[in-house]
Amino acid sequence: MSEFIAENLTCVRGGRAVFARLSFQLDFGQALFLLGPNGSGKSSLLRLLAGLLRPTAGRLVWDGQDIAEDMESHGARLHYVGHHDAVKPVLTVAETLHFWARLHGHDSESRVGQALDAFNIARLAEVPGRLLSAGQKRRVNLARLIAAPAPLWLLDEPSVALDKASVKALEAAMAAHRAQGGMVIVSTHADIDLPDAAILHLDDFAPPNQEAA
Amino acid sequence: MNRYWELLKRELRLALRQGSDSMMVVGFFVLAVILFPFGIGPEPSILARVAPGLVWVNALLAAMLSLDRLYQADYEDGSLELLILTPAPLELLVAAKVTAHWLTTGLPLMAAAPLLAIFLNLNAYDLGVLLLTLAVGTPALSLIGSVGAALVLGARRGGVLISLLVLPLFIPVLIFAVGCVDAAQHAFPWTGQLAILGAILLGAVPLGLYASAAALRQAAE
Repeated sequence: MSEFIAENLTCVRGGRAVFARLSFQLDFGQALFLLGPNGSGKSSLLRLLAGLLRPTAGRLVWDGQDIAEDMESHGARLHYVGHHDAVKPVLTVAETLHFWARLHGHDSESRVGQALDAFNIARLAEVPGRLLSAGQKRRVNLARLIAAPAPLWLLDEPSVALDKASVKALEAAMAAHRAQGGMVIVSTHADIDLPDAAILHLDDFAPPNQEAA
Repeated sequence: MNRYWELLKRELRLALRQGSDSMMVVGFFVLAVILFPFGIGPEPSILARVAPGLVWVNALLAAMLSLDRLYQADYEDGSLELLILTPAPLELLVAAKVTAHWLTTGLPLMAAAPLLAIFLNLNAYDLGVLLLTLAVGTPALSLIGSVGAALVLGARRGGVLISLLVLPLFIPVLIFAVGCVDAAQHAFPWTGQLAILGAILLGAVPLGLYASAAALRQAAE
């Protein structure tokens, strides 16, 4: 019964329907790729799954419960990695990770240590955010995934700005997460290796009147 | 409640390390008030007469200056989305941001007020009452201002827009705060005005927190 289901989601942004009647089902340990051209609604869908956006129609169900009934516990079970990295120029990498882990309700030195190691940023732990490169900031943002455990990972183009080694680290992190029963939903244009992940083409759910409008 | 302290600690740490913002606000406040003796002449009785109004109007403007950064930085770097997704009531996190704003602007303004009292020929008793009004009034400014700061997220020239939104809402605070010190200067009872100021603060707590949280959720959509 424990699963994440989207039923007939419709998303309208700025008066324009982005996608309509989108449904999928995800079991623990599964992964889902969101594919589609620019503007097909991958980011909107991820924000909708995170609860940052409300669906115009349809609903999201986690383990039999509509998530709209309890947004706070939905927040506790997910990690969202968006386009911005939420790294403050004057806070060090370790401070940033500790802060987000505590805000998520977890704080353990060892997990933050693991997170730093997983993305190979342990030597940057005491470096303030303003000195980090774009790729390093992205790795700090991704390290949040490990610093506080949460079953659902929503990743919006996570490989942007990452070098090859870091993409490998991300793939390893996702594989370990799925091995423990975690779910991953990821949108990407680049090649990310996710064994037997389901694929969702956003084009398939483009509203029918799109061309006419 | 833990998350309240965590966010408060982070905000204070950010303010401490960036430093200059809070000092600039106090600097603006002191300089702007000091301009007035030059502008209206150094007659002590006139200065004492206008002192409460001067201090309060400039406190409003100084608080205003710092408001546009309250949520803007978090909005731009993606922290705001993560704060909204935090498994805690957003109102609680707004409370932490507002507390941090008051500690880094309202409190320093109060600390600078005794210096200004000397410039403006305000006696010790009246200064005491002025400090009381600032203590009760400036938290209300932070709360009301937070709503404005949250509403203008994503707007161009948000700073100017905040002034237009928030300054009219500051007027009741101004009226009762200045009325309170005025009454004290003329040896009238002044606790009534202070009580009304307290009531405004109590009203601003739920309104400010809920309205800010709703505006932030809207901004993140």
